[in-house]
Amino acid sequence: MTEDYCARCGEPRDAGEHLACDAALVLEPPRYCVRCRRRMVVQVVPTGWTARCSEHGELRGGDVVDPLGR
Amino acid sequence: MTTTHPTDAVGDGTAAVGYPVLEVARDQVLDRGEGLDEGQVLAVLRLPDDALPELLEVAHEVRMRWCGPEVEVEGIVSLKTGGCPEDCHFCSQSGLFSSPVRSAWLDIPSLVQAAVQTAATGATEFCIVAAVRGPDERLMAQMREGVAAIRAAVDINVAASLGMLTQEQVDELADMGVHRYNHNLETSRSYFPNVVTTHTWEERWSTLEMVRDAGLEVCCGGIVGMGETLEQRAEFAAQLAELAPHEVPLNFLNPRPGTPFGDEPVLPATDALRTIAAFRLALPRTILRYAGGREITLGDLGTRDGLLGGINAVIVGNYLTTLGRPATDDLALLAELSMPVKALNATL
Ligand code: SF4
Ligand SMILES: [Zn+2]
Ligand SMILES: [Zn+2]
Repeated sequence: MTEDYCARCGEPRDAGEHLACDAALVLEPPRYCVRCRRRMVVQVVPTGWTARCSEHGELRGGDVVDPLGR
Repeated sequence: MTTTHPTDAVGDGTAAVGYPVLEVARDQVLDRGEGLDEGQVLAVLRLPDDALPELLEVAHEVRMRWCGPEVEVEGIVSLKTGGCPEDCHFCSQSGLFSSPVRSAWLDIPSLVQAAVQTAATGATEFCIVAAVRGPDERLMAQMREGVAAIRAAVDINVAASLGMLTQEQVDELADMGVHRYNHNLETSRSYFPNVVTTHTWEERWSTLEMVRDAGLEVCCGGIVGMGETLEQRAEFAAQLAELAPHEVPLNFLNPRPGTPFGDEPVLPATDALRTIAAFRLALPRTILRYAGGREITLGDLGTRDGLLGGINAVIVGNYLTTLGRPATDDLALLAELSMPVKALNATL
């Protein structure tokens, strides 16, 4: 998957450095869709997280188990 | 009078060096269980880094003597995220800043699942949080349904943090079986106007009084490292001691992009540890919980130092909008330190 945008700050990947962003993403869920730069709808729960772009679908981290199996 | 200068306790210029405020702490807090007052807390906050090991040791002894070795483990979850009308300058969930956090509601099945997964870590507390000034009818309806569903599914204490309450809402939460209510004063009364302008410290205090009078356990803490002075940190500890909450969650500022405090520096680990110990010495019997920001402020090593310096409760796993270290890491650390996880319905 191409990453055109930074998942933390939303700026283009090739515009400047994102080292601090990449480091921060160890302890933060992504906020921007890396393909279209939309702000995603993010849900954090104690054991995981989901981040949904209305165009490009959902990302998951941790052990999130969706009780509805979506 | 207390000073922060070491004295030659032996008298012949050889070994032991002591700090007067720590001697006072041993006598007053450790032996008699009386917390340090504002001036004494300030003296602790002004101790040099050299004094830190001794300070943490005294704070740990106080915690062991007046609270015991158990650690209370909690998970927290955001029922309603973002879009808050308030302007707390540290908060990525305010709708007034250009934060990337979007509004979202957690559905009830996901809320129950989060409670089940939290209980599976060994946690006995599950706190439901909403980014609101105070609850509206929709939020109270979600709480009614959500708390009932959690209680039917899993054995865990349910707490809530929904902003400022009316008396009716306090009573309703108590009816639902919410056993503890979190409402942070966030900082000292004198610094609060630099942090929040859309409501007052006194408004928060009055919600806390209603919660306490209704017989709910009061959970009230705040965030250090928001630009407050050491005097204001000591003032805050004294104000919390006056409130005497059951629990004090201690956060360290994690500067969030887009918020007014987004460019504040992260608190040095030594300052964070001094604060932990000072708050323990001001609040000898309170559950003092590690909340947000410890990962970036203290790291793994500092986390351990804090647990040996006054902390006796943790939030495990993720926070509301940011991630924490895995619950398994914290539980392994507690086992290594021979600190048992507090069992359900036990009293600290
Ligand atoms: S009231 Fe709570 S959610 Fe709203 S801005 Fe303040 S801290 Fe954030
Ligand atoms: Zn970036
Ligand atoms: Zn997208």
